[in-house]
Amino acid sequence: MSRRQIHLAAHFPGVNNTTVWNDTHSGSQIDFSSFEYFGRTAEKGLFDYVFLAEGLRLREHRGRIHGRDVVGRPNTLSILAALAAVTDHVGLVGTLNTTFNEPYELARELATLDWLSGGRAGWNAVTSSDAFHGANFRRGGFLDHSDRYTRAAEFAELAKKLWDSWSDGDVVADAETGEFLRPGAPARVRHSGSQFDVDAVFDVPRSPQGRPVIVQAGDSADGRDFGAAHAEVIFSLHTAFDAARTFYDDVKGRLAAGGRDEESLKILPAATFVIGDTAAEAQERSREIALQQVRPETALTYVEQVWGRDLSGYDPDGPLPEIEPETGAESDHGWANRHAAVRKRITALRELSEAENLSIREVVIRLTAQHTFVGTPAHIAAEIDRYVQGRATDGFTVVGHLTPHGLDEFADRVVPLLQERGSYREAYEEGATLRDLLGLPAVRPLDASIAAR
Amino acid sequence: MTDKVHLAIALDRAGWHPAAWRDPSASPTELPSPAYWRRLLRTVDRSGLVLATIEDALSFTDRFESPGDPVVGRARGRLDAVLIASYVAPITQRIGLVPTVTTAHPEPFHVATGIQTLDFASRGRAGVRLVAGSSPAERANFGRRATGPTAIPASGRVEDAAELVAAFRETGEFAEVLRRLWDSWDDDAIVRDAAAGLFLDPDRVHPARFAGEYFSVEGASIVPRSPQGRPLVTVLAHQTVPFQLAAEHADVVFVTPHDEASATGILAELDQAIAERRRGRERLRVFADLVVLIEETPAAARAAAARLDDLSGTAFISDARIVVGTPLQVVDEIRALAAAGIDGVRLRPARQPRDVVAIADRVAPLLDSFGGLVRNDRTSLRGRLDLARPTASPTREKVTA
Repeated sequence: MSRRQIHLAAHFPGVNNTTVWNDTHSGSQIDFSSFEYFGRTAEKGLFDYVFLAEGLRLREHRGRIHGRDVVGRPNTLSILAALAAVTDHVGLVGTLNTTFNEPYELARELATLDWLSGGRAGWNAVTSSDAFHGANFRRGGFLDHSDRYTRAAEFAELAKKLWDSWSDGDVVADAETGEFLRPGAPARVRHSGSQFDVDAVFDVPRSPQGRPVIVQAGDSADGRDFGAAHAEVIFSLHTAFDAARTFYDDVKGRLAAGGRDEESLKILPAATFVIGDTAAEAQERSREIALQQVRPETALTYVEQVWGRDLSGYDPDGPLPEIEPETGAESDHGWANRHAAVRKRITALRELSEAENLSIREVVIRLTAQHTFVGTPAHIAAEIDRYVQGRATDGFTVVGHLTPHGLDEFADRVVPLLQERGSYREAYEEGATLRDLLGLPAVRPLDASIAAR
Repeated sequence: MTDKVHLAIALDRAGWHPAAWRDPSASPTELPSPAYWRRLLRTVDRSGLVLATIEDALSFTDRFESPGDPVVGRARGRLDAVLIASYVAPITQRIGLVPTVTTAHPEPFHVATGIQTLDFASRGRAGVRLVAGSSPAERANFGRRATGPTAIPASGRVEDAAELVAAFRETGEFAEVLRRLWDSWDDDAIVRDAAAGLFLDPDRVHPARFAGEYFSVEGASIVPRSPQGRPLVTVLAHQTVPFQLAAEHADVVFVTPHDEASATGILAELDQAIAERRRGRERLRVFADLVVLIEETPAAARAAAARLDDLSGTAFISDARIVVGTPLQVVDEIRALAAAGIDGVRLRPARQPRDVVAIADRVAPLLDSFGGLVRNDRTSLRGRLDLARPTASPTREKVTA
């Protein structure tokens, strides 16, 4: 019987401490050439898609722009549209918020990307509602935290209605008769809910995939429900084998209720890797990279964020601060919950530190710079295959630590071994859409939810 | 001495004539395909044209067309213009890319970062054309704003409709937010100082901190300062209020004179708006729009135009002057506008790709052969228009009128 096929996504390195910038091989995080190189590397490695995060506001630390990590990134949609022109096969998936966008606009942008890429568009739907990010947008941080998924679900539902309001073949363009569209097309979309009230006529003809692939990352109960209802890929953080398998069973177990089968949703946890010619060399490199990712000042910044106060006098190679965290005035709204959450986090850090006698820096390395797969190419290929054949995942979202060369070694050395194992494609199929690459079923349009033509 | 002008092109679906998609040269089922836009932009990329605008709206129907009554026989459906421009950016070399953005619904933050990203992907060839207001159809698609402009008032004057005046104020704020976000990073903000452990110097990034009637935007852009610093801001303007918007916020204004006398009148009115509102900025570049349908003989052009009018059942009218004729006739019109003191001419092809090809292969070379086309070797869009690359600071020293 044929082996389960591995699906891989290529995550462009982000703006946190795990992207190493002070290495001689680190390139620009913003020049288009970096994105082009990254997209082409992903195609060389026959990845399913390139994955981009989204920036809504520059990170701050203690009231100032945080300048210790990589800062500055492109607009997600624009860079993916540009990448569509210089790649031919790889999917293009962008993270786009449901709180600071409107369904009509985002649906037409994603349909545009699907057209321009010939059916390679995907949408990582995320929710965010805090006032810090909201301050850059018209509506501000208006959304109550508990309404995030209400809005996200209604957003996704409305977007699907808009995409489905055009059918294949609606554009007749009969020059003789002057009939441009089939009579009655497109369907008018009337939607009235707690978040959106529109009477819309969508203006992008049905795109090659019908709808872009929907990716989702939330891990809360609400997030998992949203995932079971709408997502076609889940980007999870569960990378330990047993935890991954438990998550896989839980999420895929929810699908049947909605009439979906196991293959209609792919689970691709984030994974980092360090390759060596020998196991020992890989371990050594992993340690070197971890020390680059968590520099002394990175470690202090991390604990300052947890403690909410200046800890610059502490030695990063010394023990965790004994001092109390700063959580604002007790009279502030929500202080008790916030204070309890901070205390809980500090307790967890202390337990980790005491159990293994770890310094501040070592604790932060443990929390942010543990590499998922460390070893020879053969070892990493065998591990990835074990996860997939063992139904712990359908593959991984691979993140390198360098821009833009972070995936070169993976594409050159690990991918051929996955192919040898019979678990990974040998080539892209000509004309394959992202949905095809992921082995997802074709879209069934939501005719029932659309007003009669 | 010959007055030199810039040539630009305005792209819209199958062309500006409503029946353009029925022309034998059209490929009407391919309007949303990447190949269509790639071919169009590559056709004009090396022709000496300075920029291409791309039309857009956030509705199925065109602006002020009754939403309940879609006109049968028009080309429908389109792609997002910023993304079309982004797509062609890495596969073109010279042409400025100026997508249309409406300002009533999109977030200025997303537009600012989208155009900066276009500037990176095109290596300094990005601009934007801002459109004020929203149509009833656009508002129904968003369901966010109950009121807004419904039609041009009987007088035809923006100042006679409070909702239109408000829409232009909003566009002014939009432009101001774009500028602040584009200026929010100093050019040298990224320091990569390993010894100090700093990738970025936080003192070289400045919050937009804009609070106006329609928006408040607090933080800095997420995108570092782009190759041009500030991508080009353009508007199309027909009368006083939009002229004022252009004078205050634009680098380039597109106007619609119907003859040399009206060109002179428009320039005079713009001069007044500039005197009142333009402070500490470079000279506003004025481009005149012409709709063009081009064939090799006057008779063939007239016949082609008549055929299209016949197909659409009505004579084609436009806000801009329509020129139906040979490449030489188009060039004569351009030279007359140049003599009137216009900086550039934006040609709106009646048919795509047929008139686009004629503009690139016939009109531009012919104008150049008369010494009438501005040519320079600069690579950025600002540079080609002889506009300096702005420093990041001036908007933070805002001049009060």
